[in-house]
Amino acid sequence: MRRIVSVLMENEPGALSRVVGLFSQRGYNIESLTVAPTEDPTLSRLTLVTIGDDHKIEQVTKNLNKLIDVVKLVDLTEGSHIERELLLVKVRATGAQRDEVKRSVDIFRGQIVDVTSNMYTVQVAGTGEKLDAFLQALGEHTIMEVVRSGVSGIARGEKVLSV
Amino acid sequence: MELLSGGDMLVRALQDEGVDLIFGYPGGSALHIYDAIFRQKKMKHVLVRHEQGATHAADGYARSTGKAGVVLVTSGPGATNAITGIATAYMDSIPMVVISGQVPSDKIGEDAFQETDMVGCSRPIVKHSFLVKNAEEIPTVVKKAFYIANTGRPGPVVIDIPKDVTNPADRFPYRYPEKLRMRSYTPAGKGHTGQIRKAIALLLSAKRPVIYAGGGVVQGDGSGLLTELAQRLNFPVTNTLMGLGAYPGSDRRFLGMLGMHGTFEANTAMHHADVILAVGARFDDRVTNTPGKFCPGAKIIHIDVDPASISKTIVADVPIVGTVKSVLGDMVEMLKGTDEQPDQSAIVDWWRQIDDWRERHGIYAAPRYRTDGDMLMPQEVIRAVHEITEGDAFVTSDVGQHQMFAAQYYLFDKPRRWINSGGLGTMGFGLPAALGVKIAHPDTDVVCVTGEGSIQMCIQELSTATQYHLPVKILCLNNQALGMVKQWQEMQYEGRLSHSVYEESLPDFVKLAEAYGHLGMKIEHRDELHGKLREAFAIKDRTVFIDVYVDPSEHVYPMQVMPNGSMRDMWLSKTERT
Repeated sequence: MRRIVSVLMENEPGALSRVVGLFSQRGYNIESLTVAPTEDPTLSRLTLVTIGDDHKIEQVTKNLNKLIDVVKLVDLTEGSHIERELLLVKVRATGAQRDEVKRSVDIFRGQIVDVTSNMYTVQVAGTGEKLDAFLQALGEHTIMEVVRSGVSGIARGEKVLSV
Repeated sequence: MELLSGGDMLVRALQDEGVDLIFGYPGGSALHIYDAIFRQKKMKHVLVRHEQGATHAADGYARSTGKAGVVLVTSGPGATNAITGIATAYMDSIPMVVISGQVPSDKIGEDAFQETDMVGCSRPIVKHSFLVKNAEEIPTVVKKAFYIANTGRPGPVVIDIPKDVTNPADRFPYRYPEKLRMRSYTPAGKGHTGQIRKAIALLLSAKRPVIYAGGGVVQGDGSGLLTELAQRLNFPVTNTLMGLGAYPGSDRRFLGMLGMHGTFEANTAMHHADVILAVGARFDDRVTNTPGKFCPGAKIIHIDVDPASISKTIVADVPIVGTVKSVLGDMVEMLKGTDEQPDQSAIVDWWRQIDDWRERHGIYAAPRYRTDGDMLMPQEVIRAVHEITEGDAFVTSDVGQHQMFAAQYYLFDKPRRWINSGGLGTMGFGLPAALGVKIAHPDTDVVCVTGEGSIQMCIQELSTATQYHLPVKILCLNNQALGMVKQWQEMQYEGRLSHSVYEESLPDFVKLAEAYGHLGMKIEHRDELHGKLREAFAIKDRTVFIDVYVDPSEHVYPMQVMPNGSMRDMWLSKTERT
């Protein structure tokens, strides 16, 4: 089962390596990982997507909580939540293809953020599924380079993860 | 406010933390710190012969006193040599603070001379680590390090300090923090009352209960309460390898150790139990054998200070997170406050069953080793030492057959007396650990039970014993082979003894001991065992190396059947199986 674990941790050198190290050390999977400081510069927010059964996820969260740098964490997939990922993709676009690509970008509510006579750089945000669908719509042969940010997530409603 | 250099700050902070003893080895990156140590008198420093020895000595000190052991090493090889000892402490949850020198800040990452990423190297085997960036941080970092090492589930903490940070030319105001608040670290305290109430109800309903107590009871100073609880309920108790001494070994309710080399009665009682109270134990693979076949009819209550230990391998029916002392204290109080009793007739039947198991295959009912012939058996050597030391010595051990014989036959009545590397299984642990214990307990007998294999892994520490006059007894059960490896090869590899025998290459340990300024003694025959051991233990002011030649063909039994065995599937001798 796919889980999104959101972690609030001390913004200290070495903190991230402890999280990543824990996963490799204990044989847990990391599907994606994003991290950046929060509005409080002493804290970082890390969103991690992992796959495992309930028992594994329980161990993951317990062991993350054991890390001294981890202040709080929540398994977002336990409740209703919003998840977003950012995609940047360079697409080959010449001749008739240029309109075709532009139409796809509009359908997926993306933006063209850079352009040359031969290509577009497109930005799309959404769930992982939506980004997969967009890439599929573009077709393999038009894609030159793909960058994905990994998932960020937040709980719906008034629930917050804070100190 | 007083102005101090980083080196002086470190030394002062350690003193302010109450540290009076450190084990270490100097080197380039640690020299400013060593100079600060030279210029003070409050804290004693013990110079070991190898950094691994420093960590094991600090570990022995910590296990025997309950206070964090402190180690100081230099960068690079000094730091990496400490790794095995840090991992040993980590696996057994021993409080330790390891301070390592580091190359100057501006050289970090340049592959400087004696540079190692110590924080990176030690990351998977520490509870936490710090890289000190500014001297001003030192007092707070030291305070945090000891707080983290000592509280919750204890463990080693590394403080890595670049050389420029301890520079005597740069001085800063010093103040040791009185209080500490860490928003990201709140160790467990009291257990949940509702859960404890559930546990009591389950215990009172038990017909075939077993208390399974681990190292957490020793480390968490819960032995007194555990004993009170077990005696109040009249329940049988088994201890893990790490938990020996948590419950008095000479009490009739004690079933012996459980697990791979546990007693028949302990393993069989566990298998048939209907309620298991696990306290400060972590269902290690050396205890459970095949997890899928573990104690099929048992409801499990699990008390642990570390939530991650609960339901890790075996799911707990009643999990209780809290310190052993607090939870057991609450349980005893709750029992005192109720008129309810366990079903007495069921408990009587259960004891009758256990006594029958004891009688049939127990290792304490009758000797299960050869008692005829001239060849000494390792079990009787341990028994003789137990008798001569009146069961009250500190016993450190290395790793292998001798360790299991000591665990089985030296019945510990007190916690913190049995000091061994249970989790990591570190050969070379015994001698330096014994030195650490002896410094803390100069008036008590300290015996290092070892083998001719293990002792050679840290034998250089004989020189430390000489320098600091640490008169320990080294009991070497010499079978001229890596006994446990050989046992497995004989049982599982059709006797192909691949690189497990020493042939004629062993040193003369008597002469070796003498070369270091100690006494050496050799025991080869049964009729001289007691006399010579008494002679050795009567010597209180010298280290004595007692080299005892034992039957090299002897195996450790019981031994659980692997793979795919349950708790109760055991070899009882070379030919008998349950």
